[in-house]
Amino acid sequence: MTTPLTRPKRKNPLKRTRLPLNPQGVRSRTAHGLTAAAAEGRFALQVCEDCKTVIYPPRDCCPNCLSARLPFRDVPRGGMLVAETTVRTSTDPYFRERTPWRVGSVKLDAGPVIVAHLHGDTVEGARVRLEFKLDKSGAAVALALPEQDTPHMADDPHLREMTCDPKFRRVLITDGRTEVGQAMAKAFSDAGANIVFVGIADQWKPFPGMDKLRQIERVEIVPLDVTDTESVTEQAEQNGSRIDIIVNTAEHVRAGGIVDRHGLTVAREEIDVRYLGLMRLAQAFGPVMRFRGADGVNSAAAFVNLLSVHALMNWPTYGAYSAAEAACLSAAQCMRAELRPGGVKVLNVFFGPLETEWFQTVPPPKVTPAALAKAVVRGLQQGIEDVFVGDIAEDIRARLAVNPKALEREMAG
Amino acid sequence: MPTDVLAFARDIAAGAVRVIDLTQTLSQDFPIITLPPELGQCAPFRIEEVSRYDERGPAWYWNNISLGEHTGTHFDAPIHWISGKDLPNNAVDTIDVRKFIAPAVVIDCSKECAADPDFALTIPFVEAWEAKHGKIPPGHWVLLRTDWSKQSFTDYANLRDDGAHTPGPEPKVVKWFVEERDVHGFGTETIGTDFGQGHHFNPPFPAHFYMHGKGRFGLQCLTNLDLLPPKGAVIVAAPLKIKQGSGSPLRVLALVSGEK
Repeated sequence: MTTPLTRPKRKNPLKRTRLPLNPQGVRSRTAHGLTAAAAEGRFALQVCEDCKTVIYPPRDCCPNCLSARLPFRDVPRGGMLVAETTVRTSTDPYFRERTPWRVGSVKLDAGPVIVAHLHGDTVEGARVRLEFKLDKSGAAVALALPEQDTPHMADDPHLREMTCDPKFRRVLITDGRTEVGQAMAKAFSDAGANIVFVGIADQWKPFPGMDKLRQIERVEIVPLDVTDTESVTEQAEQNGSRIDIIVNTAEHVRAGGIVDRHGLTVAREEIDVRYLGLMRLAQAFGPVMRFRGADGVNSAAAFVNLLSVHALMNWPTYGAYSAAEAACLSAAQCMRAELRPGGVKVLNVFFGPLETEWFQTVPPPKVTPAALAKAVVRGLQQGIEDVFVGDIAEDIRARLAVNPKALEREMAG
Repeated sequence: MPTDVLAFARDIAAGAVRVIDLTQTLSQDFPIITLPPELGQCAPFRIEEVSRYDERGPAWYWNNISLGEHTGTHFDAPIHWISGKDLPNNAVDTIDVRKFIAPAVVIDCSKECAADPDFALTIPFVEAWEAKHGKIPPGHWVLLRTDWSKQSFTDYANLRDDGAHTPGPEPKVVKWFVEERDVHGFGTETIGTDFGQGHHFNPPFPAHFYMHGKGRFGLQCLTNLDLLPPKGAVIVAAPLKIKQGSGSPLRVLALVSGEK
């Protein structure tokens, strides 16, 4: 059984903050097939198109039949932990300060034997579930979990290195005026976050849900307006060094295209709230989060971007909105590279139309704010990087993978 | 004999003419007009540092700012409202500059507003004021002292389920100001010149409709009106020279005779 985490003591302000270190993260281009799977929480290995051999580690030709047709496919993740050992010291600076560290070889039902990191509750000779996780360097690594869930298993130190579990962490929800922001506050409070800071702009302006929001346990309302650089900077100065997860819930949803919009006022607001807002948050909070990537149980862990799936393919009915979302997606890719040295993950959570006021005329299926919030928390607990929430998002993703041009034409209606 | 403007300047320097700032500080958090979200919105005041003695400009500090024509303490030109759209010289760049300096009367309804945020200014109320202070002379600003500028931002905007609740004039008195008193314009401490619930009036937003329809001006988000006498102040309110501008943030100064 995993020893449950205890609420971290308040940090001694005189103590040096240990700098983050990352494990070696270089992978071959082919091996990034595993990164792609890990980013979405899938378990995929190369499967030879010709002889059906399941292959690990990733290769450019099949060791059985020399075929070069080796696509990554989802395969069963079950296996047997055949042998294990404990590393007690290492020349690698990252592992050196994290020993003892258990590793073992897992014989997969699908065929190959994989050397994997071991969850504390795995037992030699017993069945395990293998997962690919993104480690602190953003590279895919194999981690063996016990076949059945065990008590407090999420608190395992090896696993927690690879996840962004909100438990005992301090979260900032950037905009609590929105239904999504309020659902997020509730979900993070329920997930055991230590403090849920919720940003409210223009506090003189009342908003629906205000009283309910204030009643959520461990919610602390703070002034924050992502369109105001000074406001974002001040909030970072106040609380930046104790914020471990940021969920940017600032949204600006308006229908309308590029040609069929009258003027730029709304487009400017879209860009200001979404793209520039993201940049303000990134500049104000990013450096200190990156610095605090190894700051104990409540180390800085993740920046969460909520993105319309139409960031990936424009939806002309909400065309200018889609374009602003695409700008945020591109910025998020940059932020990933910039925050990776601190081991801070950038989660991109893609969704279709939401069950909110600004999608009033859009027919279902729509994603409820509560479902979105649940998916965000689950994504952080799993340590994944790309999350697709709901049928529309899944559908767009699948169609994009097959034929982007067809999707573009079909979105035009 | 020509007016001695140098003597006037000496009086200002010596304090014989007092200069009172009627302007709110342009800041990001000062409330701005709130419209239904599907309509175009006035941009709030925002400030971005260009450099501050750093690698972006080693020896100098400066900012880029962005805001709407109707953000903060601002001037409304007749072109702002549909009723004034066809008047000559109706935009901030074409208004005769002499009109930017004009005397003012100050009507104090601060007690009434403290008791009722929905206080509406009426003709009888102004007539009672005139009985005390004399008839409003032509060409004067009418400034409505409500002490609203002293409220917290929440009470200042006073937004409730059915919209804003802030004091302002009812339609008849605005028409009367223009037609019977030939006023220069109308100025308030509140976010707009109109009553908070002014969209329910006929016509809606009468301070805008009548004032601008007759080529008169508006000033809003004023402060320090409690420092002005009921009569005798001169207002300096020169908007930025924005090409075909409908209004402009500005510094509003009052000149008042006095020894202090």
